[in-house]
Amino acid sequence: MTQSCFFKVMLCFQDLGRKKREKEEEAVGPDFEPWSAKRGEILARFTTTEKLSINLCMGSDKGKAPSPGSSAVSEKVRTRLEELDDLEEGSQRELLNLSQQDYANRIEELNQSLKEAWASDQKVKALKIVIQCSKLLSDTSVIQFYPSKFVLITDILDTFGRLVYDRIWTMCSDPRPLPDSFTVEDVNDTAKETCLNWFFKIASIRELLPRLYVEAAILKCNRFLNKSGIQETLSRLTAMIRGIGDPLVAAYTRAYLCRVGMEVAPHLKDSLNRNFFDLLGTFRQISGESVQNQLVVQRVEVPEYLTLYSPAISWILQCIAYRAPEARTSVNGDDGEIALLLNSVMRAFRPEFVAARATDFIGMIKDCDEAGFPKHLLFGSLGRSLACADPPESERLTILNEAWKVITKVRSPQDYINCAEIWVEFTCRHFTKREVNTVLADIIKHMTPDRAFEDAYPQLQSVIRKILTYFHDFSVLFSMERFLPFLDMFQKDSVRVEVCRSIMEVFIRHQVEPTRDPVILNAMLHICKTMHDSVNALTLEDEKRSLALLIIGFIRMVCFGRDFEQQLSFCVEARATFCNLEPVLVQLIHTVNQLAMETSRVMRGSHSRKTAAFVRACAAYSFITIPSLSSIFSRLSLYLLSGQVALANQCLSQADAFLKAAVSILPEVPRSISIDGKLRSSESFLLDFINNFLATLLVVPDHPEHGVLYLVRGLLNMVQDYTWEDNSDAKVRVYVSALPLLAAMSQETYLYSIPKVDSNETLYGGDPKFLSEINKLCETLIGQILDHLKALGRDEQSTRRQGALAFSLFGVLLAHGDLRNNKLSQLAVNLWNLSHKHGYCDTRISVRTLEYVKHQAQQPDMTHLSDTVQSHITGLLLGIFSTDIGTIDILALVYLPLPCKATTLSHQSRQC
Amino acid sequence: MSVSLDIRLKRANKVYHEGEVVAGVILLVCKEPLQHHGISLSMEGLVNLQLSSKSVGVFEAFYNSVKPIQLISSNIEVARAGKVPGGKTEIPFEFPLNSKGNKILYETYHGVFVNIQYSLRCDMKRSLLAKDLSRNCEFIVHCQPQKAKVVPTPVNFTITPDTLQNSRERTSLPKFLIRGHLDATNCVISQPLTGEVVVENSDVPIKSIELQLVRVETCGCAEGYARDATEIQNIQIAEGDVCHGLSIPIYMVFPRLFTCPTLETTNFKVEFEVNIVIVLHDDHLITENFPLKLCRV
Repeated sequence: MTQSCFFKVMLCFQDLGRKKREKEEEAVGPDFEPWSAKRGEILARFTTTEKLSINLCMGSDKGKAPSPGSSAVSEKVRTRLEELDDLEEGSQRELLNLSQQDYANRIEELNQSLKEAWASDQKVKALKIVIQCSKLLSDTSVIQFYPSKFVLITDILDTFGRLVYDRIWTMCSDPRPLPDSFTVEDVNDTAKETCLNWFFKIASIRELLPRLYVEAAILKCNRFLNKSGIQETLSRLTAMIRGIGDPLVAAYTRAYLCRVGMEVAPHLKDSLNRNFFDLLGTFRQISGESVQNQLVVQRVEVPEYLTLYSPAISWILQCIAYRAPEARTSVNGDDGEIALLLNSVMRAFRPEFVAARATDFIGMIKDCDEAGFPKHLLFGSLGRSLACADPPESERLTILNEAWKVITKVRSPQDYINCAEIWVEFTCRHFTKREVNTVLADIIKHMTPDRAFEDAYPQLQSVIRKILTYFHDFSVLFSMERFLPFLDMFQKDSVRVEVCRSIMEVFIRHQVEPTRDPVILNAMLHICKTMHDSVNALTLEDEKRSLALLIIGFIRMVCFGRDFEQQLSFCVEARATFCNLEPVLVQLIHTVNQLAMETSRVMRGSHSRKTAAFVRACAAYSFITIPSLSSIFSRLSLYLLSGQVALANQCLSQADAFLKAAVSILPEVPRSISIDGKLRSSESFLLDFINNFLATLLVVPDHPEHGVLYLVRGLLNMVQDYTWEDNSDAKVRVYVSALPLLAAMSQETYLYSIPKVDSNETLYGGDPKFLSEINKLCETLIGQILDHLKALGRDEQSTRRQGALAFSLFGVLLAHGDLRNNKLSQLAVNLWNLSHKHGYCDTRISVRTLEYVKHQAQQPDMTHLSDTVQSHITGLLLGIFSTDIGTIDILALVYLPLPCKATTLSHQSRQC
Repeated sequence: MSVSLDIRLKRANKVYHEGEVVAGVILLVCKEPLQHHGISLSMEGLVNLQLSSKSVGVFEAFYNSVKPIQLISSNIEVARAGKVPGGKTEIPFEFPLNSKGNKILYETYHGVFVNIQYSLRCDMKRSLLAKDLSRNCEFIVHCQPQKAKVVPTPVNFTITPDTLQNSRERTSLPKFLIRGHLDATNCVISQPLTGEVVVENSDVPIKSIELQLVRVETCGCAEGYARDATEIQNIQIAEGDVCHGLSIPIYMVFPRLFTCPTLETTNFKVEFEVNIVIVLHDDHLITENFPLKLCRV
């Protein structure tokens, strides 16, 4: 280093609140970044792989305590001390070969034993622990780790300071707690004496460093003794630090003193400034023989060594800069020192302050010599400030150019990317895609040789994150030539997927309009493919689900407008690409179905030859995609839905195929399926599906080559053969719900139909043969149901089920049956009786049903109802329920709205 | 049956001056009423002199002259024989602190060969079957502040190889120049010893700079005496190769009990000295000695 260089740095301490300053005697405000915020950063930054050692010699330090109990009070203390001495005399422990983690654990153990000792009233032992710990700070072997060591050990000191202060505070808190703003007069003699004892004891600690640290730790206790104590002690300790020969140890001791000082008395700026200037005064030691020899022994380069200072100096400067009055000073020193200082100034001062003078700072950085403090660190610090505060607009481009000129020359890829990553934010904030593209190109150029990117994934990821925060327009983003090549640098799978995921999240959040931009589509497809390809047998369900959601989000955003064929071919491509994620396939089928319906809407229902071919292509797409799904219910519902879509588009044979396929896979439905990880019976789902299916069948015309009601028969056969759960009425329930369908099919005009599709009503035109087929089918079904009811009657326990089933059949007959038929009406009455035989029936429903019957009976050509049914049922009903319900209740129920025949069916049709 | 006897002084710091009243309470805690044959309280002040082992042989002749010197002694009866009720009993007492005859009440001092100690002793006599109880409690006496004004006598010093005495190998010594000053050698005992030391230059790096506080105790009389110097404490003020040209503060608090105002009587003397010890990296030890005069104001 060139010792003779003579630089002047003008430091301007900003004035934040000079007016307020007078009153700012107590604690610092929230605008002061606390030490706890720095802690983690330091621990993460200063690490080592070398072996560490802890040397603790409890009690073997003779000269330390002069004082078996420094007052006559302490006969007790004296004996205790002697005991302790005996106990631990010479218990010198040296722990060698500790890894960094071991070291931190050891220190934490000491912290614990300090608390334990204190809690068990072993104050002397506690003091010894603290002294031994602070002694560790004079050991500068493995110097790279020193800042972290400082952090760990000062935690213990803080604990100790708090314990002592709290103890003395509680001593004065009898009978009522001491106010926060207490004065010396409020403190009782015993507390003062205890406090004084601590100070005498500490004053007799033999070694300098522990004496300094421990006294600094209990600095706050001076409040108990006199008003000016803190101020005097601070300036005395500041002066005493000069006795520490090692400049690094001294710098950190100063940082600790400033830290304690800021906590206790932030208004005392004098000693802060004194510390700073003393620090500058000792800078020349860095080039001295002792330090240089040490660096040679430890094989540490000067630039690296200088960075070890930066947390301490930054902290001291931050303390000084906090609400400081204007002050100017010039500093003389050589390059390394100036740079070190500059770095600390940039980190400690408010970003606004730094940003306003960015050009000046760049000038000063450029003047520094490369051999000293590393420049990329300087630019890193500057960039960090500029990321939060804006420099004047006119200077921005110059700043970027000047900065990048230096950054691009940094050799080590790790240093380069650390610095470049910071500057990406500034670039994104103020410039367009052109500049960002250039920056990306530069990063690629630096990081590609020797696969340097492999060690820099976190930084590269952060670059992407920053770009995504500022660029939400994906057409701009993907039109950066270097963006995708940049993504290619993420070659580790997990990182790659994470990056893709973050891009997708931003896309879904910010892309509002559907897009057909080929640039976006290509890029997004590429990104989604990367995510999809990461899925393998070991991927967790949750992971798959979230990936699928992201991809679905993308697919939904794709829209080619009226170019339906393009959209279909996109879906074909997407299916090929995302074949491993089922939810995506489901979404694709929905998209294609929607596409078919959209086509039909555009054509107002009547397809031209071309569109007819297109919708058939859509149906074909769905038909070949559905079988690749593993979830049986997805398949079933998609077959049904696609069948409905095909029907709506007049593709009769396709619809037939879909529905047939659905029927043919029914036997595969397992009896239980897992929902949210729990095994549930599939019965209710299956019933729902079948009901839905039946409702659709009304409008499906019979295939000319197959027999009458081919699909209905097929379905019922499948239902019969299906292995239902034991003791379940599901099969019979299906039969019961098939009856309304058959009734609806025998009508002259159907309740609903599909435009341009001829249903069976038109095909058969009420042909008596057709009707008799239906009747036969009905008879078979009712016969089956009655058999089942009989079977149920045999068992005492199933009477409730029998009642419910009988009642539902009664309902169906009442709503859909022709009760003029004597046999049928007799059956209905029997069913009513059966359902009420064991009294399980819900009275309200019974009453309402009865009212409905009465109501119907008043309609013309329904009078038969009153004749046949009323006499039987009313008598029975009144007989059964007169005990339960008063006449008033029955009268009240008369006026409830009643279902009629049409609504019952239309309700069912709504399900499809 | 457990009984505890304790003496509690009113002043938390237990410091008294001649002519003041030592006040406090005797605290008795017992579960059941307690029968006793009288409680008495005595106050005693003693100077204990001891000859160091190396001088014993020579000075055996006037062994008598080192018997303890009694400075104060008095006794009062606190309670006649009777009964103390169960629970906590506090018996207040007051003792005037006045010397015996024309003796002076020296300040409390705990040393090696000289010990000046004041104590209160409470005794409770009990029946033959039960043990007598007693309790000792030390209190501290500070002598009357000195009337005359203390004139600080600053001392400047310069240490170079040439200023050293009793150095056998003057030629082989590395070069160094250390300057400094003590603000006073007439020190007030309640104030710290202060000053500065500057390492102007040194060929060999400094390892450590220390302040060694030494007591010099002399026992004896006209026929002969024994003089012994022992270390009280050693305080490091600089560690490692300190920055040259930068002044390092000298600062040492005089420990309580182990120091007292410099004392000179016919039978014994207690004096103090401070050594500034500079340890060089090659373990050369350079010591500069300064006699101190301590006083109380």
